[in-house]
Amino acid sequence: MTNTLLQIENLDVRFKGARNVHAINDLSLELKQGETLALLGESGSGKSVTLKTLLRLLPEKRTDLGGRIRFDGTDIMTLSGRALRSYRGGDVSMVFQDPGLALDPVYTIGQQIAETVMRHKGISRADAMEVALDMLHRVRIPSAERRMKNYPHELSGGMRQRVMIALALACRPRLLLADEPTTALDATVQIQILLLMRELQREFGMGVIFVTHDIGVAVEISERIAVMYAGQIIEEGTTHEVIRNPQHPYTQGLLAANLHDVARGTRLDAIPGSPPALETRPDACPFAPRCPLVMDACRQALPPTQRPGPRRRVACLRAGEPIPA
Amino acid sequence: MLSYFLRRLILVLPVAFGVSVVCFALVQIAPGDPLTAIMPVDATAEQQAAMRAAYGLDKPLPVQYLIWIGNLLQGEMGRSIASGRPVADEVFGAVGNSLLLAAAAAVIAFPIGTFLGFLAGYFRDTILDRLITALSITGVSVPNYWLGIVLVIIFSVNLGWLPSMGAGPGGSQDWQWDWAHMRHLVLPAVTLAVVPIGIVARTVRALAGDILSMDFVTALYAKGLSRGDVLRHVARNAAATALSVMGLQLGYLLGGSILIETVFNWPGSGFLLSNAIFQRDLPLLQGTILILAMFFVGMNLIVDVAQAAIDPRIKRS
Repeated sequence: MTNTLLQIENLDVRFKGARNVHAINDLSLELKQGETLALLGESGSGKSVTLKTLLRLLPEKRTDLGGRIRFDGTDIMTLSGRALRSYRGGDVSMVFQDPGLALDPVYTIGQQIAETVMRHKGISRADAMEVALDMLHRVRIPSAERRMKNYPHELSGGMRQRVMIALALACRPRLLLADEPTTALDATVQIQILLLMRELQREFGMGVIFVTHDIGVAVEISERIAVMYAGQIIEEGTTHEVIRNPQHPYTQGLLAANLHDVARGTRLDAIPGSPPALETRPDACPFAPRCPLVMDACRQALPPTQRPGPRRRVACLRAGEPIPA
Repeated sequence: MLSYFLRRLILVLPVAFGVSVVCFALVQIAPGDPLTAIMPVDATAEQQAAMRAAYGLDKPLPVQYLIWIGNLLQGEMGRSIASGRPVADEVFGAVGNSLLLAAAAAVIAFPIGTFLGFLAGYFRDTILDRLITALSITGVSVPNYWLGIVLVIIFSVNLGWLPSMGAGPGGSQDWQWDWAHMRHLVLPAVTLAVVPIGIVARTVRALAGDILSMDFVTALYAKGLSRGDVLRHVARNAAATALSVMGLQLGYLLGGSILIETVFNWPGSGFLLSNAIFQRDLPLLQGTILILAMFFVGMNLIVDVAQAAIDPRIKRS
């Protein structure tokens, strides 16, 4: 138990408004110290919402939260004021999808990194600038001294994401949340950023939750994979287990939809249909309408979670059965 | 920064030239003969021709323009046909008074407008936002000369707290920073401030609302910054655009206060302008319009430079 870093239990997130959305439904997840987990799923499956909930970044008035989140034994749901601010960016920090939008356009990158360090470490501006410069070196930004005085729009997308990572790691957090950090980048730059994040993870030893819709990226970066669908985790295991032996029909479909061994001219194996709208809380398997193995029982009640191994789980009545071609 | 300023300054020259041509041409196009206003009705044709020649009005228009510009460059703006006094004295005295009124209105309007706009933007779609939006739309829509008259009726006629007209006991050229003079400024300045309060509030509301919904604001909270820190970032982001709107408003306050100056008998440029129009006082009219237009051009220059100083995204190189 001592090395559990993050524990999410029965998390519910519901957005209120003109239209209610049950974004996260009964999500549980555990992350150990220094572990790298990929949260895999398509758009609207609740990956980003999960990350934002972990930092309590969702607008409070329009969100109903349920369940428990504990970070290193501290209850996150009840944090407020100074404690919440020191948790955000100090213990847990986040790298956003589009660094062009996530950096303040009218402050230099040096100022932006130093500001975080000053707030969390209570050190002088000059010392914070030193830390910022050191961080820019660590994320391998060439001529870092000069870059310190640059504004975000003067950098390329890849450089901006390096800055974002430097910013996130400047206070040595124990958990890094990465919200599709390579999606907005060019393919060649994506690889560089992934390799950089993997190196830095080893160097700093922090836990990482890496949200992505790209299985290739998940395999590249993570030890474990949790597959999300309709605001729930439907399958979890080590990267090896999930990729070699997918149990949930959705995971199997995702892997089959990969482009690797598709012959030219044949149809892609896409999963038919689209995810549910989640205006009501799912009371049956949310994947049932799209599932090739669907049975009557799937439409009656939520599927029980099966645990075929230690820290291995799958929420499906027909787990492990092959999909007929 | 200095080279940016110099380049902007050079760009001002063609604009200034255009402005001077338009000033000159507009006055020529306007109907009416300036001489009829000052000559006796029974003046003979010879007398009129002599007068015309004395003011140089018998020469072709381009020549008149060149003479006018040549004199301007030497600081000579001619003499008012109506009063016979140098145009420069009349215009600068009046523009000074207008500037005083505009500055007072701006000092009232900009902080209030910014504050209200920020509140409305921060509490978007709440009752407070709707209230402020309704107020600012009302402020922009109410005719301000009517509002001026209403204020005069309330505060001067009924309550007797504030004077209704003029610029103080010493007349138009004798401004002093004491209450006896400044109380004359209150009503016209407040009246004049109502429209820019509304416009600034609307602008800042839209700006603040847009910026608050941007990703980097979430990222700032994710860094662990306090609400105050985040609002400082938002203000810095909004500053450049807000400043340009305020600069334009200051220009409007300076030139667009004709009605207010008339309602309150404020001896400013608007007052001077309307007199010059009615008297067909061409040199005075040209001089006043030109000086006001140059203030506009200068204001824009200042705003451009200030914007570039605040917002790094505005290209300097």
